[in-house]
Amino acid sequence: MSELETAAHPEQLCRVAIDPLSRVEGHGKVTLLVDRNHHIRQARLHIVEFRGFEKFIQGRPYWEVPVAVQRLCGICPVSHNLAAAKAVDQLIGVEQLPPAAEKIRRLMHYGQTLQSHAVHFFHLASPDFLFDFDNPIAQRNIGGVMADYPDIARQGVRLRKYGQEVIRITAGKRVHGTGTVPGGVNKALTLQERNYLLTDLELMTQWGRHILKLMKKAYEANPGYFTRFAAIPSNYLSLVRADGALDLYHGGLRTKNDQGDLLFDHLDYRRYSQVIREQVKSWSYMKFPFINSLGPEKGWYRVGPLARINNCDFIPTPVAEEERREFMALNNGQPIHATLAYHWARMIELLYATEAIRELLLDPDIFGDELVTRGEMTREGIGVIEAPRGTLFHHYRIDEDGLIEKANLIVSTTNNNQAMNESIRQVAENYLDGKELTEPLLNQIEVAVRAYDPCLSCATHALGQMPLIVELVEEDSGVMIDCLVRDANGKVRESFVEF
Amino acid sequence: MSDEQSFTLDGRRIPFQNGQTVMQAALEAGVYIPHLCFNPEFTPHGSCRVCLVKVNNRMQAACTTPAADGQTVQSETEELREIRRGILQMLFVEGNHVCPACEKSGACQLQAVAYYTGMLAPHFKHFYPRRPVDASHPEAVIDFNRCILCELCVRASRDVDGKNIFAVEGRGIQAHLVVNTPSGQLGATGFSLHDKAAQVCPTGSILTKHRGYDIPIGQRLYDRKPINVVGDVAQLPDRQGGRRHD
Ligand code: SF4
Ligand code: FES
Repeated sequence: MSELETAAHPEQLCRVAIDPLSRVEGHGKVTLLVDRNHHIRQARLHIVEFRGFEKFIQGRPYWEVPVAVQRLCGICPVSHNLAAAKAVDQLIGVEQLPPAAEKIRRLMHYGQTLQSHAVHFFHLASPDFLFDFDNPIAQRNIGGVMADYPDIARQGVRLRKYGQEVIRITAGKRVHGTGTVPGGVNKALTLQERNYLLTDLELMTQWGRHILKLMKKAYEANPGYFTRFAAIPSNYLSLVRADGALDLYHGGLRTKNDQGDLLFDHLDYRRYSQVIREQVKSWSYMKFPFINSLGPEKGWYRVGPLARINNCDFIPTPVAEEERREFMALNNGQPIHATLAYHWARMIELLYATEAIRELLLDPDIFGDELVTRGEMTREGIGVIEAPRGTLFHHYRIDEDGLIEKANLIVSTTNNNQAMNESIRQVAENYLDGKELTEPLLNQIEVAVRAYDPCLSCATHALGQMPLIVELVEEDSGVMIDCLVRDANGKVRESFVEF
Repeated sequence: MSDEQSFTLDGRRIPFQNGQTVMQAALEAGVYIPHLCFNPEFTPHGSCRVCLVKVNNRMQAACTTPAADGQTVQSETEELREIRRGILQMLFVEGNHVCPACEKSGACQLQAVAYYTGMLAPHFKHFYPRRPVDASHPEAVIDFNRCILCELCVRASRDVDGKNIFAVEGRGIQAHLVVNTPSGQLGATGFSLHDKAAQVCPTGSILTKHRGYDIPIGQRLYDRKPINVVGDVAQLPDRQGGRRHD
């Protein structure tokens, strides 16, 4: 872990805040403590939004949860819906969905991945690639992209729209639909809907390839920067299919260390709590998960597109697989630690999503009429899915009447919490340290955060656990007289330590 | 000229028979007057006031006002809409009506009437009451958060099912629905999904368990047509928004 997490003497340092972070989902901020010589002494990413879903759903009927929790997010609601739906399947004792139901859910999920990756790359991140940091800030946004690269902007909008159409047809609405039900889905596809979705699909695959070409050009223009910027060797966690293939809907948990060695593999995700723990830090509302056997210092890991591409043995569709091989050749098949490589991996997945959608659309099972199945009720359900931003855990316990007793969610952004902090510290050390801070320099920090595509809005949700700090300050002099801290465990203590 | 008795409703002639209310005659003539506690199958209750109309220039509840020959009734005026919206807004803030997470959304009479009257936001401060969900029954669940005290379940259970399972306790702002057993739990009653009381709730208070959102968006009752065309939940067969009878 970087030394920059906590400065030894913060009281003499100047505080710089990037607040709000722009072009990320939700509201977060970065604070830097800087000394007189412009040396960075502390850098932290804070997620300041606060949701509380785990608490809201206590006492609610379990079958309502998938639709309720998707309101966590307006960008990737389908991921929450599906993770919760998979947990609900376990609650009603269903191990295997009917083929029609599983494939329709997969279709929904790949539609979701496509639209989310498109929004992230084209709307939020592409300005980082298309413009220099020194370009005026007014240009570094989607408006600037539309003015200077209208084709790319248009492709981004259309790719997103296509993904949303897949969602609309499988879930009823483009955002916050209701496709899943306990043990299945509520509708199959009609032939007409299938044909409609096939119409533009080839174009989407072409655009996916095109954007990868652009990505490679950006890399070749400055491979050193690309490889080193915010790069951090780390562990990687993701789901993989039983045969090691990339699978975003279902699989076992795989982790690799920074050398590419397997830490655990094909682990039944219902056992996640045995291998993953969460650390609480007083300065952040968001927890810090880590691999239990390695401890919090060494056990933090990364999730999301880069982790998935680093972890999987192959991609089960031909065009994306070709791209994966080319990508992995950058480091001779070893994990790639470049943070900017997240974007590249994300676009490989976008391409994969278009191919996966095609396979599903051509599968006659999606017209099936066996849409739901049932089993024996149980009291605990755990659903895990590879959301666009990374592995997403939903864990529920119900009482004998079917009401939620306890919920635990580990969202993708939380999984990347330590990694994002490490990345901004790396950027602070390498690019900002010793320099007068300017907007383009601070933007570098945002570029690092943005690579992870964090969805900050869904990342804080542990109502009642928020650490609170109350300061008593003398009115005239501003001197702190007393300070009360409520820790994450709910205990209140008096404190004079800095935070 | 016919010698049939009639009144005018927003300028339109509505014939009626002796003993009919303004609401009954209007509905029979195919003219919709917004309502929640009224259901054609039950004795009018006159409690929600959503059906407020002006009869010969006086405010009256259409569901309890007897029709009379030559009356002039106004319903779709901006003044009355405004009042109805106010009543609905109060209903929305008094309970916890979280449409985005409610299974009844799209087939909910309360939501549909709110849309019909043009209510777009709750306007008033939410009460956010703390009310539990009773899931003690093996087949059905009651979510008291969504109850608007229309007493349709009370009337159905008492008058049709002969079980008298529900009652309203308390007065004024304290009034709330209770289950008529010592424990107050639905699981301790002889309630069944086949009961009439299981099929009349105009909101999402009484629901079948384990089912979730099984009617796709687009096929729910009020997705297809607005409430003034479709009518009440209770009159409709299964899977169109009425309860399923399995
Ligand atoms: S539960 Fe439904 S039917 Fe019964 S009083 Fe409440 S709103 Fe009316
Ligand atoms: S419908 Fe007439 S008062 Fe409720």
